[in-house]
Amino acid sequence: MKPAPFEYAAPRTLDEAVGALASGGDAKVLAGGQSLVPMLALRLARPTLLVDINRLPGLDGIREASGMLEIGALVRQRALERWAASRSPLFADVLQHVAHPPIRNRGTVVGNVVHADPASELPALLLCLEGVVVARGPRGERMIPADRFYRAPLTTALGPDELATAVRFTLPPAGAGWGFAEVSRRHGDFALVGAVAVVTRGGDGTLDRVRLAFFGAAGTPVRGTAGEQALAGQAPTAARIGEAARAAAAALSPDGDIHATATYRRHVAATLAERTLTAALGRCGAAR
Amino acid sequence: MTHPIRVTVNGQEYARAVEPRQTLADFLRDDLDLTGTHVGCEHGVCGACTILLGGEPVRSCLMLAVQADAQSITTIEGVSPADGGLHPIQEAFWAKHGLQCGYCTPGIVMSVCAFLRERPQPTREEIREMLAGHLCRCTGYHFIVEAIEAAAQALAPPPPRTP
Repeated sequence: MKPAPFEYAAPRTLDEAVGALASGGDAKVLAGGQSLVPMLALRLARPTLLVDINRLPGLDGIREASGMLEIGALVRQRALERWAASRSPLFADVLQHVAHPPIRNRGTVVGNVVHADPASELPALLLCLEGVVVARGPRGERMIPADRFYRAPLTTALGPDELATAVRFTLPPAGAGWGFAEVSRRHGDFALVGAVAVVTRGGDGTLDRVRLAFFGAAGTPVRGTAGEQALAGQAPTAARIGEAARAAAAALSPDGDIHATATYRRHVAATLAERTLTAALGRCGAAR
Repeated sequence: MTHPIRVTVNGQEYARAVEPRQTLADFLRDDLDLTGTHVGCEHGVCGACTILLGGEPVRSCLMLAVQADAQSITTIEGVSPADGGLHPIQEAFWAKHGLQCGYCTPGIVMSVCAFLRERPQPTREEIREMLAGHLCRCTGYHFIVEAIEAAAQALAPPPPRTP
């Protein structure tokens, strides 16, 4: 057997699950297992206890209310993909790029968000849509905004005794446009670099609100703040979008690795920022 | 410490005790002797170990056997009809030379079962996108694509009769 030995608990209530996580030792949450089980197989993770949350009730809901989309900890990526097929082209496009259908059938949205792989799509989407992670710990529940959630590769603000029970995305407002693009070696691979943008335009045609986020471009997903600021309140021209995209990419400090150099990543980030911002502008007023 | 599980595989129920760290792939192969499910990379990349869990394709190397408790699973052994013949998808792989060395084939066939149920008339592009989740180290995807196209035709309902 490839993984090192561990104890296994399959609690039936949220309190039991949180209690198990807080029981000391190195406990890990098992939901879809599509990131954790490979790490166990490679022995990159050697937890003493796995807390399998798949039997917890009430965590498999997708709820849309007052402009928010709440996704419970047991919602598979495939379920959100099916939900999005008729409701959100943005979510549908993003999810199509998350690994492959057999992975999405098991992998959860919340698990992907809290695993915090810097090259993963959903964490960048959460950041772009100013989402929050709902965490339950021994001292109760708290909301962690996406911009304070990601700290380093595979490292988040979630405590070792906390369980992420849901994530909440702020849905793009009516009339908003979106863009999503990534460069990867093969379809379904982790991206070398990717970008996602959501923009809204005011009545006078100027850009009202610009949100741009990158993945694969740093140790965590990052907002393209310099690009957002360069465009807010401006009349969107191709030249301005190009400048804003380059400003956003210039502020990045990507790592170089065997897959791509830092220079290449920054160069691609600028191109993808320009493409996603342009696409978002073109989609303003269309379905989102 | 082992945990008792009850799992239905290809319509037959099994009761076993498993160590938590045993993957479902190893359980199927070593405990149930269902060696048609192949293990390649054992960390979710290659797709050789794909099975159907409740009718949906999943990687059996990325699931623990203990998690299969009370679940229903189909492996490649459950795809062909009981009379020993071939399923139309297997038939198409054979006819179109889609097997090559055959190591990746069981995983692909399991994915294709679910894929053609959802998209009975896929485009070549959709087939290629689906195949991105399966590695064939013989590197000959062309015949596999043709086999899936042929399987889609074979499984298509007959055209309505014209009077």
